[in-house]
Amino acid sequence: MSGEAPERETALPDGWELVVGLEVHVELSTATKLFCGCANRFGDEPNTNVCPVCLGLPGSLPVVNAAAVDFAMRLGRALGCEVRPAVFARKNYFYPDMPKDYQISQYDQPTNIDGRLELADGHVVGIERAHIEEDTGKTTHVGGGGRIHDASYALVDYNRAGVPLVEIVSRPDIRTAEQARAYVRELRAILLSVGVSDARMEEGSMRVDANVSVRPSGSDELRTRCEIKNLSSLRSLGRAITFEAGRHVDLWSSGERPRQETRHWDEAQGRTTPGRSKEDAEDYRYFQDPDLVPLVPSAEQVAAIDAELPVLPAARRAELLAVGAGAVSASDAALLVERDQDELVRAAVSGGAEPGLTATRVANDLAVDDWSRVTPASLAALIGLESSGQMTATQAKQVLAEMVETGDEPASIAERRGFQAMAGDDLAATVDEVIAANPGEWARYRDGDDTGRKKLSGFFIGQVMRATRGRADGAAVNRLLQERAEPA
Amino acid sequence: MTAGAIAAAVAAGERTARSVAEDYLDRIAADDSEIGAFNLVLVDEALAAADRVDAAVARGEPPGPLCGVPVALKDNLCTRGIPTTCSSRMLEGWRPPYNATVVERLRAAGAVVVGKTNLDEFAMGSSTENSAFGPTRNPHDTSRVPGGSSGGSAASVAAGFSALALGSDTGGSIRQPAALCGVVGMKPTYGRVSRYGLVAFASSLDQIGPFAATVADAAACYEAIAGHDPLDSTSIDQPLEPIEDALAEGVEGLRVGVLAELCGGAPPEAPAGNGAPADVSRGVEGVAGDVLSRVRDAAETLERAGAEVRTVSVPSAVLGLSAYYLIAPAEASSNLARYDGVRYGLRVDAANAAEMNVNTRTAGFGAEVKRRIMLGTYALSAGYYDAFYGKALRVRTLMLEEFAAVYNDVDVLLCPTAPTTAFELGAKTADPLLMYLNDVCTIPSNLTGHPAISVPFGRGDDGLPVGVQIMGPALSERLIFRVAAALERTATGEGSAP
Repeated sequence: MSGEAPERETALPDGWELVVGLEVHVELSTATKLFCGCANRFGDEPNTNVCPVCLGLPGSLPVVNAAAVDFAMRLGRALGCEVRPAVFARKNYFYPDMPKDYQISQYDQPTNIDGRLELADGHVVGIERAHIEEDTGKTTHVGGGGRIHDASYALVDYNRAGVPLVEIVSRPDIRTAEQARAYVRELRAILLSVGVSDARMEEGSMRVDANVSVRPSGSDELRTRCEIKNLSSLRSLGRAITFEAGRHVDLWSSGERPRQETRHWDEAQGRTTPGRSKEDAEDYRYFQDPDLVPLVPSAEQVAAIDAELPVLPAARRAELLAVGAGAVSASDAALLVERDQDELVRAAVSGGAEPGLTATRVANDLAVDDWSRVTPASLAALIGLESSGQMTATQAKQVLAEMVETGDEPASIAERRGFQAMAGDDLAATVDEVIAANPGEWARYRDGDDTGRKKLSGFFIGQVMRATRGRADGAAVNRLLQERAEPA
Repeated sequence: MTAGAIAAAVAAGERTARSVAEDYLDRIAADDSEIGAFNLVLVDEALAAADRVDAAVARGEPPGPLCGVPVALKDNLCTRGIPTTCSSRMLEGWRPPYNATVVERLRAAGAVVVGKTNLDEFAMGSSTENSAFGPTRNPHDTSRVPGGSSGGSAASVAAGFSALALGSDTGGSIRQPAALCGVVGMKPTYGRVSRYGLVAFASSLDQIGPFAATVADAAACYEAIAGHDPLDSTSIDQPLEPIEDALAEGVEGLRVGVLAELCGGAPPEAPAGNGAPADVSRGVEGVAGDVLSRVRDAAETLERAGAEVRTVSVPSAVLGLSAYYLIAPAEASSNLARYDGVRYGLRVDAANAAEMNVNTRTAGFGAEVKRRIMLGTYALSAGYYDAFYGKALRVRTLMLEEFAAVYNDVDVLLCPTAPTTAFELGAKTADPLLMYLNDVCTIPSNLTGHPAISVPFGRGDDGLPVGVQIMGPALSERLIFRVAAALERTATGEGSAP
């Protein structure tokens, strides 16, 4: 999720403000389903993890999975929610992939209410509720290019039916498309940190719907909103919100008004298309599920959850920024926490490593799955060699890569490879040799503007690297080039 | 032969379970064409089960309490690999892949299942005329209904097709047919018997219970099926008290309340010196004079046996019928949504899933089921929930409070089970409301979740059996069986098999 392409954002026209609330469905990674003992596992052969209960066979009854409730309460507490006595309700509607033709959910008495989520930039989004419900099966339409209306038949896989979900409903506190993406990123970081979901949008274990409206800047009214579905990536989320907000501004500006409806994001066309409108919205006829008894968490249960909660991403980022006293960038801090490498960096820094360089080196060059062989001490040693000029950045990266593989100490790797940054005088002599050997390029460098010089400095650094077999420090070479082009 | 006598004889090796099963199967073969108690007779399965019981006895294994006892199951109880239809076209041919918890427990107790009995479709009805496979007839008079919805099970015991039967009781569906067929029928406390494997009608009201020819047999059957089940979240996790010892204890010193509102608004004369006069102006209508006479007889019998009998009032009892016909259909509208043609049972094809769904449900459900689905859907709809379903829930709460209060003053309550004796087939099919009134005396126990038992007590003016009902507070099964046994001793010779 960290690697998505930056989305260009079209700001709303002056005088308009975006109002977004998100509804995020998250599959809990419990071993078994919410109301039966079937395995909760993605990717198995269709209809192999099913039983009378999750198939909704006549006479079967649900029994709530205590682990799922525990997971939901842990998430609730991580979001700062109040955990309350809750009841399960039935949401009644007909759909072939819903075995009972009702979904067991929570309605007016959800498990978690009134929380908050702080984004990496400090913006706070309120959480209205985070309730427990069961997932449906998965329908595949066959024939007619997979479109519902042209399909010749449909196949239903009930492995997903009854998988525990938590639906996290935010308050309409999100003001930009980037904030919406940041909210989802942060929520995902919390889910991973608390360990209750693998939160993969691409596998559907995290699904996001966006409620979008606009209003005149400075107003606190809530205008007609549209609910956007089919957002399968952060990129889609940002694009869809931007598109939909623009559509609303156009409508209001031309004296029309949006209809309250569900809309479908068309990724290929880059636009939303109308779905169900409020007028033909289903009446879900919620009522308390008589097959289940209320959930009444004890104070001890909640206290135990609180005691076991990990330090959450926001606090970990803050700790990292505090360690660096401004030396660590916010984006490095976010990335390091997301990759669970903040502890490594903080330990290396307390072992004497320079904070900014440590954070950058790890953020840029330790994007690997298994970095268990890199210890705080060895990392501190590496950064020490680099920051003292005994090793170039290029060399440090190569040594770090070898540390990942072998776990050897950086000094011995450097020695084995013959790495040692070239001393200042030797480097200056090499630079002069390279200038002499390339008079045409040098003339253009010397007489060029900043842009021209930037292009050619790459050429000269490359030549020096070749001559020194990589032992030169690129920044030092650049400095020497500049000194020679503009003698004091 | 009572279930108790059969179990004793089979356990002692005096009879084989096989010979018992053959006797009962022969009777079914000979007479059920007249009665129509069974949707399915399990000849091979019953004989095989009987042989297993005999083999276990021969090996000297400890005999179960229902060792070799033939039992019939209402056809809304799931039986593994054996069709379970709910007497509906919708489930015709469906074979559940699992047994209901009560079926497992009966087998563990040594019982031999002889067949699946007829019912009003999805247990919705009071006469077993709403079955897709035709009505069941009352063994006492085949021109009459057996009551319902567990009419097949009641008729099976009354006709001697099985020593015991299980039914389900959502608004009186065990007790009312028991009364009309002259047998004992009992609804346990909600949660006492697991509902796992009972095809749901109204989940907060449904409870499985026994039919038997005697109170002792009903108690033994109840004990075999009751107890905590982790597969049912609403199952009560409390130890069971043994009942058999209590049956002979009598009623001396017990406080018995005659429930004025369910005695037609004209309570039977309270025996002298008992109770404050109740406000009976708001009692339910339609309870027949001969039935009220038997209730009065029962009150006198109990008093002679040493009970303190008084008239008591639970004003909200008259609201039970109205509340029930909102709550039960509301839950049913949701419970029956799953019959959509996708996974099992009937499917009537169409161009798309939604139309297939409509076609299937149109063809698969009978008129009464459709009526209740529509009533319930309406009661839960946005804008109507508070006025209908919400108000019904408040009535239910009120009833719980009033019954709790009256049980401070009395130990058990006495009232009719059904307003009349068995009526003619077709007499009430044209008027659903008239049919619904059959449950007016039994519904309060379902709404409160309390246990109640119907015991035969004499006959009506037409010579047909009358049942009287003993109700008690939650988990008072031992007590109500004890009172029923006392009445049964007096009624000996009356209300038994024809």
